[in-house]
Amino acid sequence: MAKVRLLVGTHKGAFVLTSDERRRDWKVDGPHFAGWDVYHVKGSPADPNRLYAAQSRGWFGQVVQRSDDGGATWEPVGNEFRYEGATNTHKWYDNTDHPYEFLRAWHLEPSLTDPDTVYAGVEDAALFRTTDAGKSWEELPGLRTHPTASTWAPGAGGLCLHTIILDKDNPDRIVTAISSAGAFRSDDAGKTWRTITKGLHSNYIPDPDAEVGHCVHHIAMHPSRPNVLYMQKHWDVMRSDDSGDSWHEVSGNLPTDFGFVIDVHAHEPETIYVVPIKSDSDHFVPDGKLRVYRSRTGGNEWEALTKGLPQKDCYVNLLRDAMTVDSLDSCGVYFGTTAGQVYGSADAGDSWQPIVQNLPAVLSVEVQTLS
Amino acid sequence: MIRVELPANLRTLAGLGREVELKVDGPITQRSVLDALEAAYPMLRGTIRDHVTRRRRPMLRFFACEEDLSDQPLDAPLPEEVATGREPYLVIGAIAGG
Repeated sequence: MAKVRLLVGTHKGAFVLTSDERRRDWKVDGPHFAGWDVYHVKGSPADPNRLYAAQSRGWFGQVVQRSDDGGATWEPVGNEFRYEGATNTHKWYDNTDHPYEFLRAWHLEPSLTDPDTVYAGVEDAALFRTTDAGKSWEELPGLRTHPTASTWAPGAGGLCLHTIILDKDNPDRIVTAISSAGAFRSDDAGKTWRTITKGLHSNYIPDPDAEVGHCVHHIAMHPSRPNVLYMQKHWDVMRSDDSGDSWHEVSGNLPTDFGFVIDVHAHEPETIYVVPIKSDSDHFVPDGKLRVYRSRTGGNEWEALTKGLPQKDCYVNLLRDAMTVDSLDSCGVYFGTTAGQVYGSADAGDSWQPIVQNLPAVLSVEVQTLS
Repeated sequence: MIRVELPANLRTLAGLGREVELKVDGPITQRSVLDALEAAYPMLRGTIRDHVTRRRRPMLRFFACEEDLSDQPLDAPLPEEVATGREPYLVIGAIAGG
């Protein structure tokens, strides 16, 4: 029987949740790294027992942990993220120049083929890579030294590189997103980068159609359709059919198109999920109702999924890495909230159940489907 | 032996109890003690002193013999009580809360 393993990063540690393929009864293991912020935990597609966790705290900086046994035990590995070459600057909140400084790792993206290779998206925005299972990290400096990088400015969450998408059919292609610089693509394995922001329109920046400055919250891709990208921008849900060369809005009938998470059904590349958040002022779900919205048409036409989710007095938020899908025949969808709940659906979103309800604020949720 | 006390989060990270004993060669200074600590417990590298600047992380303080040594020269000799193991060298996380 297949198993499902959820990897949950929270403000006070990491948790590993496991279930069989029915996904009704869950075992909760943790907290690992208690008291630390765990921004992200993710497993290697090439070796499901190999997990990586990004652990940090304002007092003590960054730690990276590796597990070789599916999260039962962990080992601290290399935590030195040193920018390559001379330090350049980005814009600070007051528009002065500010040197790039490493603060923390937001996202770890293991290679699709090599368990020892992992990409790390960090704040201040840069892309790093390990090829020795986390012992050492080297920057791929082409992104941080992009001609526009001196104009990037942090959003409220910092100048963080939070999205890394790899393409199984094209190892040279990497898509990244940075708040609040925008989206970028490399077609040469990370050596050089181009902005992929044509069609994004953001009224909150001086030039709404600028090449950079768009606050991209998350991007999702279905592995069978690598040219189709879905984006939850600060405001607006967007779609690209040409690997990001151009975008068009697919917010359609959503009650609000502000939000953080976006993900794609494991077997239906045109079925996507978002969770609308009321606004950038309020940062909680609208009308006190926790509703996942699903589109089966690749956007524009959305239906609210509410069965099993609180529909009154609910004022939680979902952060950008806090939704994921498994690859069982009946696709499972999972998300975590800032109030510490993790919800799961074993039927592609038609109905939901709380898996665990009182964790620390959830920062990220990833899933592994284990045979 | 030099005695060092660490904040709880770093004890957990390094798998240590409240206090660790270190053999330190040469002059007993803050730098030599921290170097010996990081050599013995590599997972602590970067968590007390920044990897790049090698400076104390801003929300940590160093104490010994009821004196705040945080801003003292790293190569100055530590008090005799620390050098002889009668008193510990303390790495303390700044209190934050309210």
